[in-house]
Amino acid sequence: MKALVSVKRVVDYNVRIQVKSDGSGVVTDGVKHSMNPFDEIAMEEAVRLKEKGKITEIVAVTIGGDKSEETLRTALAFGADRAIHIKEGGEVQPLTAAKAFAAVLKKEGAQLFIAGKQAIDDDANQTGQMVAALLDIAQATFASKVEVDGNKAVVTREVDAGLETIEVDLPAVITTDLRLNEPRYLKLPDIMKAKKKPIDATTFADLGVTPGAGFKVTKTAPPPTRSKGIVVKTVDELVAALKAKGLL
Amino acid sequence: MSVERDVMEYDVVVVGAGPAGLAAACRLKQKAAEAGKELNVCVVEKGSEVGAHILSGAVFEPRALNELFPDWKARGAPLNVPVAGDEIYFFRSPEAAFKMPNVFVPKTMHNEGNYVISLGNLCRWLAKQAEDLGVEIYPGFAAQHAIVEDGIVKGVQIGDMGINREGEHKDDFAPGMELRAKYTLFAEGCRGHLGKQLIAQYQLDKDADPQHYAIGIKEIWTVPPEQHKPGLVVHGAGWPLNLLGTDALGGSFLYHFENSQVVVGLIVDLSYTNPYLSPFDEFQRFKHHPVIRKHLEGGTRVSYGARAIVKGGLNSLPKLAFPGGVLIGDDAGMLNFAKIKGSHTAMKSGMLAAEAVAEAIFAGDEGGKVLNGYADKFKASWLHDELYRSRNFGVFLHKFGSLIGGAINYVEQNWFGGKFPFTVHDLKPDYKTLKLASESQKIEYPKPDGKLSFDKLSSVFLSSTNHEEDQPVHLQLKDPSIPIGKNLPLYAEPAQRYCPAGVYEVVGDEGAKPSEKRFQINAQNCVHCKTCDIKDPAQNINWVAPEGGGGPNYANM
Repeated sequence: MKALVSVKRVVDYNVRIQVKSDGSGVVTDGVKHSMNPFDEIAMEEAVRLKEKGKITEIVAVTIGGDKSEETLRTALAFGADRAIHIKEGGEVQPLTAAKAFAAVLKKEGAQLFIAGKQAIDDDANQTGQMVAALLDIAQATFASKVEVDGNKAVVTREVDAGLETIEVDLPAVITTDLRLNEPRYLKLPDIMKAKKKPIDATTFADLGVTPGAGFKVTKTAPPPTRSKGIVVKTVDELVAALKAKGLL
Repeated sequence: MSVERDVMEYDVVVVGAGPAGLAAACRLKQKAAEAGKELNVCVVEKGSEVGAHILSGAVFEPRALNELFPDWKARGAPLNVPVAGDEIYFFRSPEAAFKMPNVFVPKTMHNEGNYVISLGNLCRWLAKQAEDLGVEIYPGFAAQHAIVEDGIVKGVQIGDMGINREGEHKDDFAPGMELRAKYTLFAEGCRGHLGKQLIAQYQLDKDADPQHYAIGIKEIWTVPPEQHKPGLVVHGAGWPLNLLGTDALGGSFLYHFENSQVVVGLIVDLSYTNPYLSPFDEFQRFKHHPVIRKHLEGGTRVSYGARAIVKGGLNSLPKLAFPGGVLIGDDAGMLNFAKIKGSHTAMKSGMLAAEAVAEAIFAGDEGGKVLNGYADKFKASWLHDELYRSRNFGVFLHKFGSLIGGAINYVEQNWFGGKFPFTVHDLKPDYKTLKLASESQKIEYPKPDGKLSFDKLSSVFLSSTNHEEDQPVHLQLKDPSIPIGKNLPLYAEPAQRYCPAGVYEVVGDEGAKPSEKRFQINAQNCVHCKTCDIKDPAQNINWVAPEGGGGPNYANM
């Protein structure tokens, strides 16, 4: 059984995000990028399933410009057997990404599509669900535990009320939540081996996908900075200050 | 605890992906191509990516780059901002300064033909060139120690990952690999932790003056486009440090870079004497000087970082080669202090070492020898000549202060071409210069205004530094009782102040008995500047490499 895992190159989580002065987006030039942390969890889960003998092949897929190859190499170092690079620079909206992943999934005949629940750059949390809808297959989102048995998967989901356990028929989409696993340290020999693993390049056109623009980003702004507090000396002053703010 | 380690064999392993290490790696591959032979070259880098731990001014002199890649422009090297103007100020007070007429500027401080760059971005570009030449580069892996067998350096061992604070293996424990090589090039930068051990082990510095250091603190600002003058270079000496005295020396820089960015920094010599001095706070108040303020006002600070600088120059240079390995770049101390530039000298030293290594291996050398060819090439190079001419520069400043020492330097550099018929020496190591707290005056620093000046923690935040929390503390105390038992009563524990990242704290109420106080090490904040390893008066702090990938994540530094 084959699993397809999508990985995305995003600004590293340690980097303090800065908004461009013209509000057209965030600064990405010269900024450290790495694999979306939720996708690392997806990769780790796929590798564990393979180690348990539940799946036999892991294919990593990404959409992005040349630099996204680094992210695929990371996936290959985790333990993906091969990778597919959908070479498309520029903005890719969730629906476009989902159409492309759905096309790859179909072509590969993979039984499992494992993806991070969302990418930490746009926090959209849509792609996995859309892939399931486009292919009319089951979805198990926000997974914190995954067990694959034959052509079924039992998935524990993190929902507002607690944990929900569902069983889905394969093929299915699973999106990973934070508590699913702790991704391993990449070993130097694995990174070396990853350099030699195959990456196939493709494009939206090859996959028969027409990129769409379902929405337009009109403005990016940093959160408001906290204004300075004032020091009050007495309770009376405090009460007066609160009253002045209309809080009492 | 014995663990099985994977081993990889290379012809050459380079420790550190900075200008020296990457230039060496490129040169090795170029030499191999010229000779029609193969050389396997591997570079390991403790930063999470190439450039993540690189911090420099930087005004870059392209001499070495011209030699390494004469077609660097066509290859898209990030040298985009030629120096368009040189200004030098003597700061006399918080308000006053005088601009030095150009004719009195030492020749070494002229910058025509140089570029304002981000050294981090240059290293990222160099890494790309190296990879295209077939070099394997592995960021996120820290060389933990040199593998020494029978007195010969055989390579390095990468640090283990997944060890908890108590030193036990966690579930995700991954043993570090051994990278073995015929020759290992140590290019860790100033005060490299392996370089320090090797210098001691092979007594490489026994004929050299003590090494001297400074700490450089730097910020990147985005300023309103109308006040941005790409290529303007401003250097200064004096306030908030000494102009006439020699208790606190150093200099400042402010460069207009690309994309409406201005970089500003203060370099404080670690020979300072007052234990109450805080380089961080000196820098924060420095930005309020009218000469500096006018460049920054209305802008936002986008990045912050700090790094120790090696400045002893030729007099302090250790022996460069030992069995199986060499020191290159600032791991040896190649910086030219008269120019306050170390990037072109680092690159050149790496290239010279690479040439010596390649020639030896192609002549059938199996490795493990003392590569005297490197030292010979160094002595015959423009690099040696340049460092020779600058050998007295820092010493004059240390002995006579910025103004008088600067005047002597003007005479030596401009009238004697850097060749006074004598050499002056500075024999007191920086950790020995502190006066007792009881003999020193406390310094009251102004509160940061949140516009031009900031507190330490919000600054460290902008370095994007991070370390896995559950790992052994990488700032090791040889004797844990010294900070509270000795450094506190004698020097008011200066680590609290010289550390630019708030790593060291003495916790306990003011006026509490020493027995009620505690020395706290916030290792997660560390920006890998190495100042503590250098300045601790008891030489009690040993900086070792934390888990690979930890540390700052500098962009455009």
